[in-house]
Amino acid sequence: MLFRCLPKEEFKALVELMMQETEIVGPKQVGTRQDGSAVHQYLPVGSFDEIDLDYETTEYSAKTYFLPYRENLSTYRFTEDDWEQEIRYRLQPRAIIGLHACDINGLLKLDKVFARNFFPSPYYISRRKNTFIVGIDHEPCRGGFCRSLGTESVRGGFDLFLTDLGDRYFVTINSDRGYSALQMVSSREITDADTHDYLEVRKRIADHPQEEVQVHNLPNLLDIEFESEVWKRWGAKCLSCGSCAMVCPTCYCYGVTERVSMDNTTGYKEKQLYSCNLLDFATVAGGHNFRPDRNTRLKYRYYHQHRGFVEVYDEPKCVGCNRCGRVCLAGINPVEVIRDLQAEEEL
Amino acid sequence: MRTLIHPFDVAQDTEMLEPLDFNRRSRLKDVDRTFKAEILNIIRLTDMEKLFQIRIMNPQERERFTFLPGQFVMLELPGYGEVPISISASPTKRGTVELCIRRAGVVTGALHRARRGAKVGIRGPFGTHFPMEEMKGSDVLLIAGGLGLAPLRSPISYVIDNRGDYRDVHILYGTKDPSQLLFTYQYDEWSRIDDIDLQVIVEQPDASWAGPVGLITRLLDDIAVDPDRTYAIVCGPPVMFKFVCRRLSEAGVPMQRMFVSLERRMHCGMGKCCRCNIGSTFTCMDGPVFDYWSVMNLKEAI
Repeated sequence: MLFRCLPKEEFKALVELMMQETEIVGPKQVGTRQDGSAVHQYLPVGSFDEIDLDYETTEYSAKTYFLPYRENLSTYRFTEDDWEQEIRYRLQPRAIIGLHACDINGLLKLDKVFARNFFPSPYYISRRKNTFIVGIDHEPCRGGFCRSLGTESVRGGFDLFLTDLGDRYFVTINSDRGYSALQMVSSREITDADTHDYLEVRKRIADHPQEEVQVHNLPNLLDIEFESEVWKRWGAKCLSCGSCAMVCPTCYCYGVTERVSMDNTTGYKEKQLYSCNLLDFATVAGGHNFRPDRNTRLKYRYYHQHRGFVEVYDEPKCVGCNRCGRVCLAGINPVEVIRDLQAEEEL
Repeated sequence: MRTLIHPFDVAQDTEMLEPLDFNRRSRLKDVDRTFKAEILNIIRLTDMEKLFQIRIMNPQERERFTFLPGQFVMLELPGYGEVPISISASPTKRGTVELCIRRAGVVTGALHRARRGAKVGIRGPFGTHFPMEEMKGSDVLLIAGGLGLAPLRSPISYVIDNRGDYRDVHILYGTKDPSQLLFTYQYDEWSRIDDIDLQVIVEQPDASWAGPVGLITRLLDDIAVDPDRTYAIVCGPPVMFKFVCRRLSEAGVPMQRMFVSLERRMHCGMGKCCRCNIGSTFTCMDGPVFDYWSVMNLKEAI
């Protein structure tokens, strides 16, 4: 890994240079909560000043730029008694500025599913490779539990990663295009003072108080407590709205539907992100539903996060951002659900 | 000014081949491309089920399309949707694919209205298969309930085409009533083959029914199972294969030599959409064919 030091005004110049040729997405304040705190979302921005790099977290993750909520998989052109399939992948470059470590770790997990497994997805790979990612260090957000999942720092999956040293950024470079980007503005070699300050910041982040939750025993525990009352308790609260999956940086399940244009000349095969909490998630032809109860669907989501994903990829799917806990209308919080389950074990 | 992000065109990328593994070898850019296939024949089996014989139109694609008994395809009707359908024919018959389809939803409903010559799309084949190689030299029990004969017809045909490789073969089939029996026109052919024992049972006989009456497990009463050299393939609803497998287990057949085929909702066939997950197992990648021991270990499978 290479490191450079970049004055803040040079970073601004860099983003403005990039803005001339590509779409820039960044954390943008979109509102204010009742308690006065700011609400942020990753949105396309028109100028550098719209990006608020001091944000705490965003309501939605940035996954929509890689797995859009709706995506056209293919288009069919119908003729008298035949059809032709047409597939287009998104090619337009984009840069996302200011992703936190948890979100970049989320992308690394999605990479494992969509780019490094059987049947890699060209739709995903095309978007991923055409997106320039600039990450930034921050103190853990309220309610987050990233440290418990080892996602408070990130080793790859980005082009540049910034650590705020007051008047300058300590920049970690992870790609040749990131390196080339830095050459467009004036950065300098890191000094001992920079390294010292950087390590200070890293230590401050590591020592920042945070929710802690044990996850290493979950694969086993989820099997043992499969019939637990805990699921019925939390399941009774769940509204099956699917919001948790929508805001999750790693929830990737989807459904595919097809529709036809009004004049019957064109068909569209469209993918939309789904949620395993939605009622018809596992309904098959003929009407049988393999998970008709709210609690079995809620349980399944945890089962996939902390058991299924671990089986295949040796790590949980969850990154500990707690977006699902924050967005949940029924107050279902992953830390409490997991602790409840573990408490069951101790009785 | 230099270009910062060099556009990457995934469609031009030829290097990214998947790991070479049977049925998982499609090239990156072929992942969502569907093979165009023509319906050659439609054979009416019952009021609810029809057998569709289809052929991939492009000769090279047809050559590439090989499968093993137990695998399934994603069948697409452009504009209507895509559904997972198990293959009902033996892979020894190259070129055509046979799909036995019940009228159950939007896509299958449209398919039942389709005529010969209509063009559909297929992707695949996907999933695991019955261990036809491993079963060689053993007794084989092929047991189906209801629509389970659709996937079972593939290993049945395979065994018939390679009859010399297997010892005693029993085909046991049961449905609720005689009107639901599939492939009735083939029973005569199957039972005439030397050394293949075919038995059909129904729960609710009609006036013309002369065969045995009861549940499928009744047919096992008359069969002397040699647990050391028997393999079983059981296709049908969970409640049916649960009782059959329990019964065989009592007779001493190891659970790892009984194979079942599971059904789940699927939207991709490639281990991505998660719709077919059972607990944490993808039915499309780790299944649909599982040995019974694996099924016992799957939460919420039965």
